[in-house]
Amino acid sequence: MSTEAGMVQLTPKDFASDQEVRWCPGCGDYSILAQVKKVLASLGTPRENTVFVSGIGCSSRFPYYMNTYGFHSVHGRAPAVATGVKVANPELSVWVVTGDGDALSIGGNHLLHVIRRNVDVNILLFNNRIYGLTKGQYSPTSPIGRKTKSSPMGSIDFPLHPLSVAIGAEATFVARTIDVNVKHLSYVLDRAARHKGTSFVEIYQNCNIFNDGAFEYATGKDTKEDTAIYLEHNRPLVFGKDRDKGIQLNGMDPQVVSLGDGMTEDDLLFHDEKQAEPSLAYLLSRMHHPEFPEPMGVFRDIERSTYEDMLFDQISDAKKSSGPGKLEDMYDDGETWVVD
Amino acid sequence: MVVSTQKQDASVNTVETIEREEITVRFCGDSGDGMQLAGTQLTSTSAIFGNDVCTFPDFPAEIRAPAGTLAGVSGFQLAFGSRKLHTPGDRVNAMIAMNPAALKANVADLEPGGILIVNSDAFTKSNLGKAGYEENPLDGVDLNRYKLFKIPINTLNAEACSDTGLTGRAVGRCKNFYALGLVYWLFGRPLEPTLRWIDQKFGAKPSVADANTKSLKAGYYMGETAELFPVRFLVSPAKLAPGKYRKLSGNEAIALGLVTAAHQAGKSLFYGSYPITPASDILHELARLRKYDVRTFQAEDEIAAMTSIIGAAFAGAFAVTGTSGPGVALKQEAISLAVMTELPMVIVNVQRGGPSTGLPTKTEQADLGQAISGRHGETPLCVLAACSPGDCFDMAIEAFRIATEFMTPVMLLTDGYIANGAEPWRIPDVSTLPKFEVKHPGPSAEFEPYKRNDKLARPWALPGTPQLEHRVGGLEKQDITGDVCYVPENHEHMIHLRRQKIDKIADAIPPLEVHGDQSGELLVLGWGSTYGAIESAMERCRARGMNVSNAHLRYLDPMPKNTEQVLKQFKQILVPEMNLGQLRQRLRAEYLVDVMGLNKVQGKPFTILEIEEKVADLLNGKPS
Ligand code: SF4
Repeated sequence: MSTEAGMVQLTPKDFASDQEVRWCPGCGDYSILAQVKKVLASLGTPRENTVFVSGIGCSSRFPYYMNTYGFHSVHGRAPAVATGVKVANPELSVWVVTGDGDALSIGGNHLLHVIRRNVDVNILLFNNRIYGLTKGQYSPTSPIGRKTKSSPMGSIDFPLHPLSVAIGAEATFVARTIDVNVKHLSYVLDRAARHKGTSFVEIYQNCNIFNDGAFEYATGKDTKEDTAIYLEHNRPLVFGKDRDKGIQLNGMDPQVVSLGDGMTEDDLLFHDEKQAEPSLAYLLSRMHHPEFPEPMGVFRDIERSTYEDMLFDQISDAKKSSGPGKLEDMYDDGETWVVD
Repeated sequence: MVVSTQKQDASVNTVETIEREEITVRFCGDSGDGMQLAGTQLTSTSAIFGNDVCTFPDFPAEIRAPAGTLAGVSGFQLAFGSRKLHTPGDRVNAMIAMNPAALKANVADLEPGGILIVNSDAFTKSNLGKAGYEENPLDGVDLNRYKLFKIPINTLNAEACSDTGLTGRAVGRCKNFYALGLVYWLFGRPLEPTLRWIDQKFGAKPSVADANTKSLKAGYYMGETAELFPVRFLVSPAKLAPGKYRKLSGNEAIALGLVTAAHQAGKSLFYGSYPITPASDILHELARLRKYDVRTFQAEDEIAAMTSIIGAAFAGAFAVTGTSGPGVALKQEAISLAVMTELPMVIVNVQRGGPSTGLPTKTEQADLGQAISGRHGETPLCVLAACSPGDCFDMAIEAFRIATEFMTPVMLLTDGYIANGAEPWRIPDVSTLPKFEVKHPGPSAEFEPYKRNDKLARPWALPGTPQLEHRVGGLEKQDITGDVCYVPENHEHMIHLRRQKIDKIADAIPPLEVHGDQSGELLVLGWGSTYGAIESAMERCRARGMNVSNAHLRYLDPMPKNTEQVLKQFKQILVPEMNLGQLRQRLRAEYLVDVMGLNKVQGKPFTILEIEEKVADLLNGKPS
């Protein structure tokens, strides 16, 4: 199908590489791969202008399966590789695919810094709360007490919460979604792609081999309405099968309340993803199962200059104020003298 | 050394002037005393005057160690000469010591009979104590073997600046210029270059400019009128090749070379780096050059610096990182990825004293092993070493030529000595600079990411090019297609291919050149920054009639094709290096030749004499 401009309209299939996908059958990664292809096709970004960068881990095989440019890099370092790509060629649409171990353990430092610099890249963190590729050790997002091969008596590491970390680093776009909710997943991916600046998306991803059912509470038919709350900008936080429950602020603390009995939606906490101060987004990121329904959707989406825009502004300012660089001028900088 | 003596001209009546070919001066004081600045000013002035110059700044590891202590002593040595200089001099002819600690740490390097100017005001009981002197050395006999001048610099400087309206503290900061003024008089240096500098630097603060000017002149006139020194020394301009010159340190030269390479290729320069001594000046230099489309990225750590340049190289920039030994250690895993993905980039290692944090501000050459084989797996890359500050410019360009021609990371070794040391540099004629032809494939349905050309280089296909979408990464590649491949034979084949490609670089580099007889009794083979000391020592040895030749390696992996042939022409081979024998071991392993070492790992460069004596011993049959 051709568009008016004569450009070929791509389909999700066009984004599939010729490589055989080698994740375990039933892995949540398949669904994410499918939705990413769909969203890219709908966005119309040419394949050749798209680069997927990853680190190491199951999720990090992702670039091999995309018929775009791709870089399967070093464990934890994808954000830094992606920064180099973006600064070298800001025209490219750059995606980072990472996992909980890759992004928050070995690569924690780079994650913080790419976010605080607000480089215009989209980071997809597949959170399965386990190390898959190394066959089942606890990860930095595994809950305390979790028994794994490397924690037979239960993990004694308190977990990190990816969104709290990202918000702490003042990410300009923060969202959460879940592998099996394909509609919501593609909505969030689309929003992330459209945001200018670092987009950070945590995707709950089921590892059916080493941590099956970790997110059952948020996906199970009978439970999901009560355990997840879907955020909408400027809308009150309502949830439950009958949409009869909500989140209210009691001072600084969120609490679950039932609607009715004088309690109306107007009394609830209203979501505002545009708030410059990250406090509300942070508070939402602290709502965990089972005490709270876990928020899904866009927590925060604000505008701020990107790293590369500021860099290129400096370059063009420098050229404007003293003309484009000539080597002679560079060599002659400072005191010179002539020997006859 | 003394070429001629003559009676002084009329302006200064009683003082004799002695002409010298070369003078070595060292300023030393507390790190807050402005010794680096005084040294830099004397360097610039001497260079502008027409001398050849060579410098050796020596910083303490602490930024501001407690004032007056040995740990806080900062020094700046320079030689200026009427002939080509290769080193900042073995022995100091004139030393300016601003306090007891500086005297204690440095005086042993002053030649017997050398000029010793001390700031006598600083020899207080407390300062003497901090330096560990029980008695004031100025009152004793130990300094009698030098020409000692006790000058109350604090007092005289304060008098000179009394009407500037500055506080005592601010006036105190000018005392280095008072000392500099004295030195200018002693060596007949013009004041104008420093006066111009003061004007430029402090133009906005007239009182500070005024005070520095007064200090400098007061020091100068003190030399002239107080008839303190019985002689002055003259060093005539050197016969340097005609052209326009500037002063250039190795770190500055690296920066200029990198920008030049990118510019000549019509590329942007991406420099990802994490601050580290002694490489940070490259980052500072490049950060000022935005208008040349220089994209500096101060990374969060060494690993991010390295991985960012891998990304930048993938996307088509001329990508470079600069660091020192500890930084390279952190980068090695990522460098391995750069080797696997066969992307062009440059890693500059400004070596310093190791292991661990070691001697951060001192020089060493102990990262050769790390450069050549300090990675996991069979991971060859090209290793180069610059041999002087000016050579850093040429080698930075050469590094990019090789990186792009052969699609490989290149590690360029320099060290603290040539990185901080400066020399006059003849500004190149831009039209004579090498042009770079960097080719990127255009759209094609036949594209194979790991299909090689006759140099075994794979194509540098850039994101943004339709039809060339491909994936690279750290997993083993299938030959030609670049797909992930675990086949045992393919892995071995690729290991060989990667090595062969690096070996092929030997076809594209100049042969090893021998200075002196092409065969004979003894070859001194150096690499990197030992060049200056070796070259000077060779000149002296050959002038003394010794049968000794020398050669210098700037390409360490691969080595020039004729290396083995050269080695086999000599009965004895000596490799001086600032490590325990890293090149020596390699030569022995590679070529099965006996090689002797002259090894020094004190954080200090070789003196000319050390090499000269070793050569004399070997030729006299003394066992090594
Ligand atoms: S180990 Fe788990 S995360 Fe990895 S591919 Fe298999 S199911 Fe997916």
